[in-house]
Amino acid sequence: MEQDINIKIIDRDGLKHEVMAPTDMAMNLMEVVRSYELAPEGTIGICGGMAMCSSCQCYVLSDHELPEMQDDEEAMLSEAFNVKDNSRLGCQLQINPDMEGLEVELAPEI
Amino acid sequence: MIKTDILIIGAGPTGLFTVFEAGLLKLKCHLIDALPQPGGQCSEIYPKKPIYDIPAYPEILAGDLTDKLLEQCKQFEPGFTLGERAETIDKQEDGTFIVTTNKGTKHHAPVVAIAGGLGSFEPRKPLIHNIADFEDKGVEYMIKEPEMYRNKKVVIAGGGDSALDWSIFLSDVASEVTLIHRRNEFRGHLDSVEKVQELKNLGKINLITPAEVTGIVGHHHVKAVVVSQAEHIEKEFEIECDHFIPLFGLSPKLGPIANWGLEIEKNAIKVNNALDYQTNIPGIFAIGDVNTYPGKLKLILCGFHEATLMCQAAYQIINPGKRYVLKYTTVSGVDGFDGTRKEAPKAVVKAIE
Repeated sequence: MEQDINIKIIDRDGLKHEVMAPTDMAMNLMEVVRSYELAPEGTIGICGGMAMCSSCQCYVLSDHELPEMQDDEEAMLSEAFNVKDNSRLGCQLQINPDMEGLEVELAPEI
Repeated sequence: MIKTDILIIGAGPTGLFTVFEAGLLKLKCHLIDALPQPGGQCSEIYPKKPIYDIPAYPEILAGDLTDKLLEQCKQFEPGFTLGERAETIDKQEDGTFIVTTNKGTKHHAPVVAIAGGLGSFEPRKPLIHNIADFEDKGVEYMIKEPEMYRNKKVVIAGGGDSALDWSIFLSDVASEVTLIHRRNEFRGHLDSVEKVQELKNLGKINLITPAEVTGIVGHHHVKAVVVSQAEHIEKEFEIECDHFIPLFGLSPKLGPIANWGLEIEKNAIKVNNALDYQTNIPGIFAIGDVNTYPGKLKLILCGFHEATLMCQAAYQIINPGKRYVLKYTTVSGVDGFDGTRKEAPKAVVKAIE
């Protein structure tokens, strides 16, 4: 359990969930949301995590230093809706120990 | 009326493999898909991406998997209704079904197999306050008849392959093509990007980046779009046009199937996984990503297995009481409906001197 970190996720109904996420299972934030079923199946991670659908868009509320955006994530966000300056694709955020205490909000479903 | 044995809703990998398994049982299939081409997500979302967990393929591109499945089922001559969405289902007195698409095409079959993945792909509509007022009045989310743009002024929005490809295509058809994208970079095949660059230099495509369409102007029909451009200084201006085509990709929605009286859980159709993947309505099956049961995994390889078992149950419904035993293709070969036959070469008996 020592690899687990705590993450706060606000779902699409505005409810805040505090969840534990493993850092050693190559999981990304989208998958953490799915594993806790914080968004209905079929409404998140539609493309499976290829940065090709933006259904896992979230807003980063805490001031964590996150891995830099790659081209495909940036390109997808440039076509997505409801994008803000703090938007990221959950599928591109691999859970790592530096994310302890991360707080995110899921963007609306399109 | 299209008549078939198994009507498959969804032409993705699971639906295509069903054609093969059904064919071995001498059952004919017809497929309906909302997309204009077979392959489902594999063709629409990630044709150039590799898949590593198809048995016996250490690596295969999603688009190639579609091609292989089409080749494998070809001799069973599947019918296709593409670019149409299955809308309603009516159970007949004799237990058969009539499925009607959004375009009114009717299909009649004793067995319906829903292999609909995450649902039918619907265009993603940009958040422009008055866009709904202009749908089919100059705003189209998909290009169905390119000819309708002949000698018209067209504005396309988007930054992916379809925005690029249609801009290129329409530059020869429309009188004026403007492509608007939120950033300077496009994500598409390199040759498409280069072609747009070339057409821009020739003055055949008017490129506006980084910019966004924020409003539509017109009375009963699109007359212009309002564009906000954010390079150096923010400015807002209008571009006169007859058509505005936002191409922001497609997102799957379970859609009308959700109203067919099927038991739905977690955006998926509940099935009997202990037996045959039948739904709560006898004669309607759900296979592949569209179904759910305890322990369900949304994997293509699981869809193949589900399709195979489902076909056995379909055989029983279509041929009640008729004897059948599973045969191995290696032993019995494959007899196509097109008259072709595939079979293992005969062993040669020859004496060794």
